[in-house]
Amino acid sequence: MAATQLICRECATEYPLEARYVCSKCFGPLEVFYEHEPVTDVGSLRRRIQSGPQNIWRYHDFLPLEGPQPRTPTGLAAGCTPLVRADRLAERLGLGEVWVKNDAANPTHSFKDRVVSVAVTRARELGFDTLACASTGNLANSVAAHGAALGMDSYVLIPADLEEQKQLATAIYGTNLVKVRGNYDDVNRLCTELSGDRENWAFVNINMRPYYAEGSKTVAFEIAEQLGWELPDRCVVPIASGSLFTKIAKGFAEWIDVGLIDGEIPTMNGSQALGCSPVATAFEQDKDVCRPVKPDTIAKSLAIGNPADGPYALDLARSTGGSIDSVSDQEIRDGIRLLAETTGIFTETAGGVTTAVLAKLAGRGDIGSDERVVLVITGDGLKTLDAVRDSFHAYEVDASIESFEAAFAGQGVGA
Amino acid sequence: MAITVKIPTQLRDAAGGAASLQADGETVGEALESVFAGHPELRDRLYQGGDLRRFVNVYLSGEDIRFLDGLQTAVPAGAELTILPAVAGG
Repeated sequence: MAATQLICRECATEYPLEARYVCSKCFGPLEVFYEHEPVTDVGSLRRRIQSGPQNIWRYHDFLPLEGPQPRTPTGLAAGCTPLVRADRLAERLGLGEVWVKNDAANPTHSFKDRVVSVAVTRARELGFDTLACASTGNLANSVAAHGAALGMDSYVLIPADLEEQKQLATAIYGTNLVKVRGNYDDVNRLCTELSGDRENWAFVNINMRPYYAEGSKTVAFEIAEQLGWELPDRCVVPIASGSLFTKIAKGFAEWIDVGLIDGEIPTMNGSQALGCSPVATAFEQDKDVCRPVKPDTIAKSLAIGNPADGPYALDLARSTGGSIDSVSDQEIRDGIRLLAETTGIFTETAGGVTTAVLAKLAGRGDIGSDERVVLVITGDGLKTLDAVRDSFHAYEVDASIESFEAAFAGQGVGA
Repeated sequence: MAITVKIPTQLRDAAGGAASLQADGETVGEALESVFAGHPELRDRLYQGGDLRRFVNVYLSGEDIRFLDGLQTAVPAGAELTILPAVAGG
């Protein structure tokens, strides 16, 4: 594989490609480092990617796995989700060109299938037999499903107050679902402690984290490929831990470096819910670290009060001329509805955050009329039905023409 | 009664292999200093410029000390401090 080692992002200490996520010298996070062969024939590499499977393994050369490209039937086929041109949304917001990357169209209906597929495949290479995770919900769905697909035991730890839909869509796969009395940061702390004692467990977002996080790059690869090997000018992406946000940029950067695409990393706009906005607050206050918060928002999948990749997300937003903004719970609901009404895509609360931030950027005049903007939608609206409950009027009628006509009297419907 | 400091696996080689150490002090900072007295290498691992490194989390009975008074947080006798690496979520 092109991956050669793990490197500490803080002090650059190197480690072998094993189940290790933190630098033992400075506690900094470890990241996979690659040495790619120079690409001499770009057209040939592009054709090889295009002839690959319709899932993330078409980008196998850029993922941290030793073995050959995994055969999709042994797992879940994540990725290759639609990139939809959203002219009606663009028109509503007064923008020129908007695309929606609809990652709700993954096997368990969120982008987490990308990261879990990579983490689980690497975990199997390293000899693990049990999967585990700390989750705000989407990861829980994906880890439980991957465990079922691959015949591996799994332990999924979630905050006890998580949305019912996300609990049901996890438990159904036959996992060990553990509801922790506390918030996500409590769950994460417990799992970090557990991971030190459970050496045969692959915690996908803890001891497998360097591999897991690489899976998010495939969002960038797909966007570039779907735009005809071109870069967008701007990406609007949700931020919980900050990992997806930073890895999308890393994906673009790797492809620019090897010569698969030309240009610069897009302007990166991060999106948070006001009720859990440690990164947006640090951005606004011009700080380079995030002060943890206690989350209080309907966007539970983004409710990480102590975002470990926050400092890197701040660096990225600043270096690309972007920003990190936050929106209220009402703006989130409005965002869900705006996206649904203009694109036919029903997103969960995290997508409401992202859409609302796009609207905010447009309203503020941050986005040029000639810009090509990609809105990254990470999960399905069916996961967070409570966010939209009771927000619509429905007509109730008797099964008669008269009753139907009466309900719509004066509206001229159907004429 | 002494304070118990739980040591994560990544730091145990700098703590004589111990999973937990006993400490003394009125505050989190003092308790950590008492641990460093016996295991000086731990200081370099955890501190940078007199403060905790940015990817080090310390919890007092499960609460992140950044929600309390940081290193100045008062530590009752018999309390438990937990040191953990910051790890991003999902």
